[in-house]
This record gives sequence, structure tokens and C-alpha cells, in this order.
Amino acid sequence: MASISLTIKLSEHLENFMSTEATIRNYILENYLFTEDQSALDSADSFLDKGILDSTGILEVIYFLEDEFGIKVEDTEMVPENLDSVNNIVAFIGRKRQ
Amino acid sequence: MCGIAGILNLKDGTPPSRSELEGMIHAVHHRGPDGYGYYCHDRVGLAHARLSIIDLAGGDQPIHNEDQSVQVVFNGEIFNYVELTVQLKQQGHRFYTHSDTEVIVHLYEEYAEKFVDHLNGQFAIALWDSTRQKLILARDRTGIRPLFTVETGGRLYFASEVKSLFAHPAIPRQINLTALQEVFTFWTTLPPHSLFESVEVVPPGHLMVIENGVKRLSRYWDWTYPNEQIDQHKSVAEWSEELKALMIDSVRLQLRSDVPVGAYLSGGLDSSVLTSLIKNFTDTPLRTFSIGFEDEEFDESGFQKDLVDYLGTNHTHVLCKRSDIGTAFPRVISHTESAIVRTAPTPLMLLSGAVREAGYKVVLTGEGADEVFGGYDIFKEAKVRRFWSHAPDSEWRPLILQRLYPYLKHSPTTSGAFSKRFFQQGMEHLDKPYFAHIPRWATTQRIMQFFSDEARAAVKPIAFDAINRILPAEIDAWKSLNRDQYIEANTLLSGYLLSSQGDRVAMANSIEGRYPFLDHRVIEFAATLPSRYKIMGLNEKYMLKQTMQGLIPESIRNRSKQPYRAPDSQSFFDGETPLEYVAYLLSEERIRKAGYYNPKTVNLLLKKCARGKALGFADNMAFVGILSSMLVDELFIEQATIES
Repeated sequence: MASISLTIKLSEHLENFMSTEATIRNYILENYLFTEDQSALDSADSFLDKGILDSTGILEVIYFLEDEFGIKVEDTEMVPENLDSVNNIVAFIGRKRQ
Repeated sequence: MCGIAGILNLKDGTPPSRSELEGMIHAVHHRGPDGYGYYCHDRVGLAHARLSIIDLAGGDQPIHNEDQSVQVVFNGEIFNYVELTVQLKQQGHRFYTHSDTEVIVHLYEEYAEKFVDHLNGQFAIALWDSTRQKLILARDRTGIRPLFTVETGGRLYFASEVKSLFAHPAIPRQINLTALQEVFTFWTTLPPHSLFESVEVVPPGHLMVIENGVKRLSRYWDWTYPNEQIDQHKSVAEWSEELKALMIDSVRLQLRSDVPVGAYLSGGLDSSVLTSLIKNFTDTPLRTFSIGFEDEEFDESGFQKDLVDYLGTNHTHVLCKRSDIGTAFPRVISHTESAIVRTAPTPLMLLSGAVREAGYKVVLTGEGADEVFGGYDIFKEAKVRRFWSHAPDSEWRPLILQRLYPYLKHSPTTSGAFSKRFFQQGMEHLDKPYFAHIPRWATTQRIMQFFSDEARAAVKPIAFDAINRILPAEIDAWKSLNRDQYIEANTLLSGYLLSSQGDRVAMANSIEGRYPFLDHRVIEFAATLPSRYKIMGLNEKYMLKQTMQGLIPESIRNRSKQPYRAPDSQSFFDGETPLEYVAYLLSEERIRKAGYYNPKTVNLLLKKCARGKALGFADNMAFVGILSSMLVDELFIEQATIES
């Protein structure tokens, strides 16, 4: 029973992860790369290094995350380690939800 | 102020006809609604549309010398014509008018091509010397008055505006994609480019001379700075005294007119300086005009009111709504004849309309003070970035960035570590003369992502070093602030502020703008100021503020600069619905037909802007840049007839 419960939890977690990642990916693709082509963005791509976002763009992303995921991004959390790629954002949201 | 046009046969051919000239000059009727004049002879034709300001009865052009061998048409003003007339009469010249135009032909007789060195003014001149069969086109030092040329079919065509050239059937119409990329980098095309293939600009401070069918271009003036500051020991009081005397004289000269002169009043330092000098040092009745916005982020009405109360001026205030900008934008682009990345020229066109309605033809405006005296945020930003670069690992040095842009609702300095990354862009190019401009140009170039595959394939992408084409060899030896000033003066000022946001939207309503800060004596004086007297710490235009102590309200003298801006993409939607012409021009079908952009990406941008989600500069500049270029395509390429 324990292993079935663990499997269900893992699967829910994976689903959440996938849907968070897809939501963020699609948001970035649609609003900053202006394309639906999934190959235009790797989830590990740095938004700043690749010129995907400028510093006002990151403010828009923060508004979006707060709106979409019901979180509050503190000033001290506005760092590239949390927000500079799809992967970083997914991990950041995961931490915020814990 | 006027419009000019003309044709020169570069080799034997059919002489330019009166009807050809009429077609061209009628297209700029708005520049000169008070009458037309023509000169046709053998291989040359000159045309003039007049806005009468000096010598109302006798100043009709073309104007000639004593034996009529030299003919001139001219758009602009020669402010020192009174002194020049006295001097030329002493040299034996006979004048048949009281106009400023006539000094040009007599100066030419005295000094040949050097005549232009004697002019203090703003001008685009076409002078024909029939004896030498020589045409001279001359443009003022800083590019206040426009002048375009096209060479085709063995002829040189020239005019104040592109629409005059396009009125002639021989001139091809096509957008130059390299020039469009320049707008989407530097905010302006770089000389000699206009936005159109085959149409070139006579660059500011240049003469174009065509003699015996051979064309040569030469520079007679440039913004230049000493390698070492001239006098480091002169006191602030001494500098201030000299500057005050010079500014009073510049304003006095620029008030010369046979019609009443008004002044723009923005609520900032520069227009406050001008209005207070008019009030305190001349007997010209002060009449002022200002623009305000419903959006608090852009509005400066409070400061404008402070100054109106302080000076007791007869004042007109125009309130500009977002919908006014959306509605007027197509007319603005019909006058700018270029793509633009901001809507800011639009309210100024509405303001010049109010000036016209009040019965005025001439206004003084504060443009140029930021370039001359060191007023721009970009100069301060570069100062901080250079300071930071001395210790790149410092945690506290970049914190000073937070003092920049306090007036922005969505400031690039508020996103903590991201701001640092943003302003770190181009740090490796510290030695480049365009170091200061890299963050701005990088943000603007984001528009390029909307280009279609066909457009990308058609032209080579331009890099920042395209600017090197217009930079002088000695720039590397100048102080860093002077380098920043030079680039700003030769891109944003001449190519955008004085044209799209200056001459073109003023002349749309037959209004002449005058720019006392751009008197070349003021520019040359300020060039010798030590950099610390331009920006003291992060206090911009320090010397100008010191000079005006006691002459303007302290609230205005001590306020931080707020650049003039206007609402951008949100002006083009009613709720989430785009205005009809916007929906048409940005539709997939129309975008595909024009070929410059990818219809799908433009559609996504349109949707984002419609939802009000375009908060930053990049999206707003992309939206305005794409829409304005599509309007250029519609008005100048697609439609055969042009609004005149």
C-alpha cells in the first residue's frame, strides 16, 4: 500500500511540475519570443544571456507568477538563481509552495 | 520657415519645367501656406513655399544678387541678418529687400562656399550660381531644417520633405531595410540614409556642391570637444556669467521676427530657462503653450502651473488623452516620413495646432539643452556604469543605479540583481565611443525579432559599430562624457528630436520652432566646460542650473529631470479592441503583403498589447515601431497619392 501511495504522490508531483513548466514555457514563448514553436526555448536557457528578457521584462514575469500561482515574490528573491530560466522558476515555485 | 524643392540636370537633358516644380512644391504646402515662388533656367529649377515671418511684404523667394546671377531659395531663419546686412552694405552690396534671405546671396558673393560660416541660424539652402553653373545645398549645423536629395536619370532632385520628391513621377518608392534596422537600433536612420531607398539626406553641418555635373559633400561644422579641458581653474561664477550673457544674446537673436513669437513650456528646466530669459531680459510679450496628460506618469502640469504663476504668462494648456494619440498617429507619420519607436511626437503635433489656433507662427523651445549641457539619464547611467567598471566585484557601486529613473512606473532599476545584469551589458566595451548607448540600443534592437524570414534574408543585420560611419576620428581622445554627448547629438537629436519630434510635427501646422540652446556659440562654449560642471555627482546640467539661480523657481531648478514621454501602445486600443486602422495594418494579410514582418509574431504582440500586458520599453517600442513603419508603407508606398 505504501508503495502505491508513494507512486501516486510522485505522479501528482510530476504532473504539477509538468504543468507548471508548460505554463511558464508557454507564457515566455508567447509573450517574449512571440512564437508557439516549443523548440525556440530550452527550459535551461538563461533569459538574460539569450536576450529573451530585459530588466523590465522580468518585472512582467513576476507580475505573471504572482497572478498565476498565487505567490508573492519578495525583493530579496528577485535574483537570477530564482527567475532566470524556466527551470529556475519551476524550482522556485516548488520551494515557495512547500 | 518654408519649404523648398528643385531639380538640377547633371548632364544635358530636358530643362526642369515649371509644372514639375509646382507638383513638388505643392506637396509641402503646409510648410509655406503664404505663397509660392519659382526660378527656372536652362538646367536648374528652384521652387519655394513661403511662411512669411520676416519682411512680410518684400521677402518672396527666390531672392537674387545685384545682377541676378545668384539665386537662392531657403527654408529657415538667419538670426544675425541685421548685423550681416550692415556689414555687407559697408562692403558695397545693395539690398532690394529687408529679408534675412538676401544676406545669403551677398555673403556668397563675398566668401563663396565659406558664406555658411557667417550664418547664425537654422536653414536648408539651395543656391544657384549661374556664372559657374554651380548648385550649393547647405544644411544648418545641428540638423534643425530637413533637406533630402535623390539622384536618378541624370538629374538631382532635392526638397525639404520626401513627399515633394515622391510627387515627381521619376522617383522610385521603396523602404530601405538597412535604414529601418538603423531606426530599430539608433532611433533614427544614419546619414546619408533616409528611410527610403534612393532618397538621401544632406547631413547636418554639410554642404553639397554640384559643379559641372560632379557632386561633392563637405562638412563645414561639427560638434567638437577639446582633448583637454581649456580652463580647469575658472570659477563657477565666471563660467556662469559668460553663459548667462551668451544665452541672453541667443534668446534675443532668436526672438527676431515680424510676427509675434511664443514659447513652449514643459515644466522642466530648459523651457523655464528660455521663458524666464524672455521675461527678464527682453521686451517681448510672453505667450506660452504646454501639453499635459491624463496619465500621471507622463503629466507635468503641476510644474507648468508653478512656472506660469511665477512668470505671470498668458498661457494655453492642451490636455492630451490616449485616444488623441491613437487618432492623430497616422497624420504624424505622414509628416515624420519615417518609422519611429515612440509616440511622443504626436502630442507635440497637437500642441503646434494649438499654437496655430492662437494666431502664432513661431515658438521658442528648449530642445538641445540636454545634449549641450549634459542633461540625459543615459549620461548619468554611463557615469555609474563606468564607476562600477573600476571595481566590477563591488556590491555597493551598482547600488547607485537605483538613483536613476525615479519617475518610471516600471523602472529597470527596481528588479534587484536583474538590474545589475541589465546594466552590465556591454561592460566589455568600455573603450568603445558608444559604451553609454549599448543598453538602450540592445533594448531597441529587440524589435528585430519581428522581421520576416524574407526581410532577414534580404539585408545584412546591422551591428552597433555601424555608428562608426558617422563618428570623427578624434572621438577616442575626448573625455567619456563628450563622446556620449557627440553620439547623442548626432543620432537622437538631429535624427529624431529635431526632425520627427521637432520640425516635422511643428510644420504639420505651419509652426516654426526655434532653439536658442542650439545657437552654435552656445554649443561651442559648453564644449569647453569641464565635465564636472555638466554633471556634478549625479546632478545633471549643473552649470545651467547655477546660471539660472534667482531667475526661475527653486522647485524647478532643483527638480530631477523627467524626460518628455507619452503613452505608447495603450493609445491604440479601445478597451482590448485595436483601433480600426491598427487592426487593418497589423492584420496577418496586410503584414504578409508588406513583407517586412512575420505576421504570426506581430499578431502575438498585438494580443499582448491589447491585454495591457506590454509594460516595458521593448514591447512598446516594437509595437510603435512596427505600426509606424506599416503606416509609412501604407501612406508612401501603397497609396499612390500622398496627403500634402
